[in-house]
Amino acid sequence: MKREWRMPLTILSIAIFALFIWWAQNHLNAYYIRVLSTAAIYIVAAVAYNLINGVTGQFSLGPNGFMALGGFTVALLVLPVSQKQIVYFLQPLIWPFNSFSLPQSLFIVALLLAGIVAAIGGIIIGFPTLRLKGDYLAIATFGFGEIIFVLANNLISITNGALGIKGIPEYSTLMWTWGWAIFSIIVVSNLAKSSYGRAMKAIREDEIAAEAMGINVFFHKMLAFTVSAFFAGVAGGLLATLITTVSPSLFMFTMTFNLLIIIVLGGLGSITGSAITAVLFAFLQELLRTVEAPIQLGPIHLPGVAGMRMVVFSLLLILAMLFYRRGLFGRKELSWDLILSIFERKGEGVGTTWKKEKMKLS
Amino acid sequence: MDIQSFIQQLLNGISLGSLYALIAIGYTMVYGILRLINFAHGDVFMLGTYFAFYLVMIFMLPWWLSATLAIALSAIVGMLIDRVAYRPLRSAPRISALITAVGVSFFLENAGIVVLGARPKGFPRPEFMSHTYNLGGAYITGVSIWVPVISVILLLVLFYVIYRTKIGMAMRAVATDMETTRLMGVDLDRVISYTFAIGSALAAAGGIMWACKYPQINPLMGIFPGWKAFTAAVVGGIGNILGATIGGLVIGIIEIMIVAFFPALSGYKDAFVFVILIIFLLVKPTGILGETLKEKV
Repeated sequence: MKREWRMPLTILSIAIFALFIWWAQNHLNAYYIRVLSTAAIYIVAAVAYNLINGVTGQFSLGPNGFMALGGFTVALLVLPVSQKQIVYFLQPLIWPFNSFSLPQSLFIVALLLAGIVAAIGGIIIGFPTLRLKGDYLAIATFGFGEIIFVLANNLISITNGALGIKGIPEYSTLMWTWGWAIFSIIVVSNLAKSSYGRAMKAIREDEIAAEAMGINVFFHKMLAFTVSAFFAGVAGGLLATLITTVSPSLFMFTMTFNLLIIIVLGGLGSITGSAITAVLFAFLQELLRTVEAPIQLGPIHLPGVAGMRMVVFSLLLILAMLFYRRGLFGRKELSWDLILSIFERKGEGVGTTWKKEKMKLS
Repeated sequence: MDIQSFIQQLLNGISLGSLYALIAIGYTMVYGILRLINFAHGDVFMLGTYFAFYLVMIFMLPWWLSATLAIALSAIVGMLIDRVAYRPLRSAPRISALITAVGVSFFLENAGIVVLGARPKGFPRPEFMSHTYNLGGAYITGVSIWVPVISVILLLVLFYVIYRTKIGMAMRAVATDMETTRLMGVDLDRVISYTFAIGSALAAAGGIMWACKYPQINPLMGIFPGWKAFTAAVVGGIGNILGATIGGLVIGIIEIMIVAFFPALSGYKDAFVFVILIIFLLVKPTGILGETLKEKV
């Protein structure tokens, strides 16, 4: 395909998709809107997570911690002052959050701040761990997620403890969530294609060789990790204003685990792969709710088993790692060229196959 | 704080620390050989306590026999995890094995919730563990005395195995240079399998004693002890068994002392371990006893 066609085609398809989102917001019922929004939030978080795990090859287990930072930041910023007085009945909320709240027109500021707070958290974790070779990042980020849980439960005058914060205004419309989803895909895939991204991939393949080639390994790992944390924070903020409540248990390790399944099944290193599996996963998760519900098969009554879904998901992850390690897309990206090549392959006749065979032989 | 209660807290810290040490050894041995963080290790620790629980409660076996059987069963589980989940990925990129390890850990936790039930169970601790002794004015529970004693015995057995037997020699050789050891005709898979067995057995022993100390068991009980034990392994110098022991004791004593001296901070005792980890990674990433790992190109 001609190079100059790609850009207009991409813009056109985004425009058509935007129309669909606008239609969906006004015509679909609340349940479908909720599932679609969740899918978009998964995209933001998974695409960012893939940047550090898939593109840079550094094993992080931190997204739940960063999403918690973002979620609580947005909750503190946008919760109306009157609601704050109701929610914080155990201990009053600390200054300055008790005296102001951002209006809806400044929602974007709240989201950006959520991303920045999470990115600062990322720098704090990344600085000691990413200088080192080995898997210290995994163990530090895993601990970070658990520690955020402990802190959120104990810092009652900020997070309201285990009760969490309720009554957050429902600002996350489909336009917001899908807007961020598309924005994150564009930013992360362009970053992955840039010279920075090539350096990150070099680090993934061989850290020592990359260093020998003059790549600043620490800087590029840090860049990937911070950008990843930023988008995770934004995803947390979107989630908070979608379900209108945040509590420590919302951001448990299960969140990271879901994202891990998404990026593994989509293909570690494939940004568009993660985006597609994120949507599939959001719907699959809804479908699998039936597994946990009580089932009536004629005379046989099977009681619902809570937690069965996570058993299925963890088996899925292990099996995918053992037998389907490249995932849906491997490291390829969904692009116009890829779509076109599929059509071309279908359309090719005897002649072209023969030509290809001949080329292979020569 | 008077001297009696200080000694009491110190013994408490040593007993908690020796449990962390027992778990940390499993992490450090596997990491030393495979460079793999075995995330499922904390869940083997959990399974060990459940094995003992069911053997005592349902099969009505005497206490010492249940504990021994539970440890043996956990060793088999550890070997199985390696055989099923890690061995097929030996030649795959390292991140694959790590992801699988997280998957196995999550599987054991959630299968535990489904099969064993999420509600905590009361662990039947034997009399000698719950008995309170009076040592010169300091009241000390049996747990604080017996846990360190049993741990030291287990450690002596471990050191004997590692430094005096053929399989121990093979383990040390594999940890030093895997390829050369393979060329010498050592069956790598067998050595790794034994490593998992020993690590899991120690974790199960730790788990059973943990349940004697905190007699509420649930399927998620392995997460925090497991993570703290890994931190202990890093603090002591990852890959070094003596280091893991020292690291475990350090973390255990600090944790108990924080709760004892600053009761207001007791809610943050888990967060404090995290601070220790970050400080060590910043200042001395090789740990107390660790030497710099040679990077192979």
